[in-house]
Amino acid sequence: MRVVLCIALNVFKESVRDKVLYNLVIFAVFLMAVSYLLGQLTAGQDIKIIKDLGLASISIFGLFIAVFIGIGLVSKEVERRSIYTLLSKPIRRQEFIIGKYLGLVLTLLVNITVMTAAYYTVLACMAWAAGGWFLAGWEAPAVDPALLKAVAMIFLQLMMVTALALLFSTFTSPILATVLTFGLYIVGQFNGDLRHFETVVPSRPVAAFARALYYLLPNFAPLDIKASVVHALPVRAGFLLLNTAYALIYISALLGAATVIFVRRDFK
Amino acid sequence: MAAILIDDLTKDFSTGFWRPRPYRALDHLSLSIEQGEVFGFLGPNGAGKTTTMKLLMQLLYPTSGRAEILGRPVGDVAVKRRIGYLPESPYFYEHLTAEELLGYFASLVGYRRAERRRRIPALLDEVGIGPERRMQLRKFSKGMLQRVGIAQAILNDPEVVFLDEPMSGLDPLGRREVRNLILKLRDRGCTVFFSSHVLSDAEALCSRVAILVSGSLVATGATADVRAFSARGWEMVVSHITIETLEGHRDRIQRVTPIAERRYALELPLQPHPDALLRDLIAEGAQMVSLNPLRETLEDYFVELVKQHPGRRKDDVKPREPA
Repeated sequence: MRVVLCIALNVFKESVRDKVLYNLVIFAVFLMAVSYLLGQLTAGQDIKIIKDLGLASISIFGLFIAVFIGIGLVSKEVERRSIYTLLSKPIRRQEFIIGKYLGLVLTLLVNITVMTAAYYTVLACMAWAAGGWFLAGWEAPAVDPALLKAVAMIFLQLMMVTALALLFSTFTSPILATVLTFGLYIVGQFNGDLRHFETVVPSRPVAAFARALYYLLPNFAPLDIKASVVHALPVRAGFLLLNTAYALIYISALLGAATVIFVRRDFK
Repeated sequence: MAAILIDDLTKDFSTGFWRPRPYRALDHLSLSIEQGEVFGFLGPNGAGKTTTMKLLMQLLYPTSGRAEILGRPVGDVAVKRRIGYLPESPYFYEHLTAEELLGYFASLVGYRRAERRRRIPALLDEVGIGPERRMQLRKFSKGMLQRVGIAQAILNDPEVVFLDEPMSGLDPLGRREVRNLILKLRDRGCTVFFSSHVLSDAEALCSRVAILVSGSLVATGATADVRAFSARGWEMVVSHITIETLEGHRDRIQRVTPIAERRYALELPLQPHPDALLRDLIAEGAQMVSLNPLRETLEDYFVELVKQHPGRRKDDVKPREPA
C-alpha cells in the first residue's frame, strides 16, 4: 500500500506542476462566469441554465483531464523510458497501475472540488443578486445540496473514463487510446438502447450480440442525473447506490484487465 | 552462490506488422558473475547488451532460458531491494528536482524520512551534483541526468548494480569520476555488471569481460586473456628530434607521423620491446613524450568477429526454434 501511495502522490504532484491542469481549472471557472452572464438574458430561468451549464462544465473539463492525463499515465512513462528505472525498484507492476490510477483520481477529486466550490459560489451570488419574488418561483434553492449528488455521479463517470484511458494506454498508442476512450465515452451515453435491440432489429442473434455489448460496454447514462437534480426531481438513494456499485465493479474489471496486460508486457 | 546467473537466455522479437517475423536479439546466452566482481559486458550497438540488461530487470520476458540474481529469480521484489540499475540514456520525471526524484525512489525502496534526509544529500555529493539538485530535471544536461541516474542506482546500497553504458554522455572528468565510483563500489563488495562499447573502460575496471556480437557470446574470460585487449604494437611520441635521425632507425619503426616541429608519433611493432629504441633516441637528444600500447579498437575487433561469424550479422533474422 505504501508503494501505491508513493506512486499516486507522484502522479498528483506531476499534475499539480503541469500548467495545463491549472488552465483547465481556470477555464472551468471562466465558463461558469460566462454562464452567469448568459443567465442575465433569461429572467427567472437563469438559475436552471447556470445549474445545467455548471454541471456540464464540470463534466467536460473533468473528462478532458481524465482522458488526456489518463492516457499519458502509462504511455508517457513508456515513451520517455522513465518506466525502466521505476520498475527496477522494489515494486510490482500491479502496484504501478493501481498507484497511477489512484493518483489521477486524486487529481480529479481536487479539481472537481475546486470547480464545485466555484460553481456553488456562482449560484450563491445568483441567489443573493436575485432576491425578492424570483426566489419563490424557483423549483429548488440556488445553493441546492442535491447538486452534489450529480457532482458525485460525474466523479464516478470520470473514474470510469480514467480506468478506460489507463486500460487503453497499456497496449495501444496514445492517439488510438484517446480515440477509443472518447469513442467509448460517447457510446456509453447511448448504451441503454442496446439492451432491447430486438425492438429495432427483429433478429435473435443480433439482439443477443447487442445485449452482450450492452453488458460489456460502459453504461454512463444512469450516472447522468444532471437533469433530475436541476429540475428538483427526487433521486432515490437506492438508485445512487446501485449505480455506484456498478461503476466500482466496472472500474475494478477495467483495472484488472489493465494489470493483466501490463504485467505481461515487454518494454523494448 | 553467483551474484548473477544467466542460463541459456534467449530473446526473440517480432518485426513487421502484417507478416511478423521473429528477430533473435539474444541467442542462448549463459554467464555466471561472481559476487564482488566488476564484470564488463561489451559489444557493438545492437549486440544485445541492453536486451540482456532488460531481461535481468524483467523489463522483457525471455523467449527461453532463465536468469537469477543473488540466487533468486529476476523480478523478485525482495531481490530488487538489493540491486540497482542505471538504464542506457536514463530519463526521469521532468517535474521533479534531483532531490525529489531520489526522495521518491527512496520512498519506494522503503526508507523513512530521516533516512532519506541523511542519505540523499550525501549521495548527490558523491555523484557531483551541487546546488542544481534543487532544479527541476527538465533543465538538466545529459551528463547531469547520467549522474542522477547513477545516484538512483546506488541509492539503496545495492549488492549488485547494473549499469548500462554508464559513461555515455559524460565528459572526461565525469568518466573518471564514474570509474572511481565503480571502483569504490567494488571495494565495498558490490558486484558491478556494466555494459560498454569502449574497451578502455572495461580494461581499467573489469576483472572479467564478456563480448557479445549480434546476440551471441563470442568471447568471455579474464580481461587480460581476451584477445581484444592484447596489444598489437606501440605508439611512442618523441620530441626534440629530426626526421633524419629517425630515418636512421627505419628498420625498427613501422610508421612516422609528424605532429609538430621536431615532434613525431612513431608506430612500433610489438616485438622487440621499444626499450632499446627509446634508449638510442634519448642518446641522440630526443625526449619521450608518451609510450602507449596500440590495440585494435573494439570496433575493429567486432568487425573481425563478425567476419569470423558470417551467419551472425546484426540484421540476420533467425527463425524461432521449436519449443
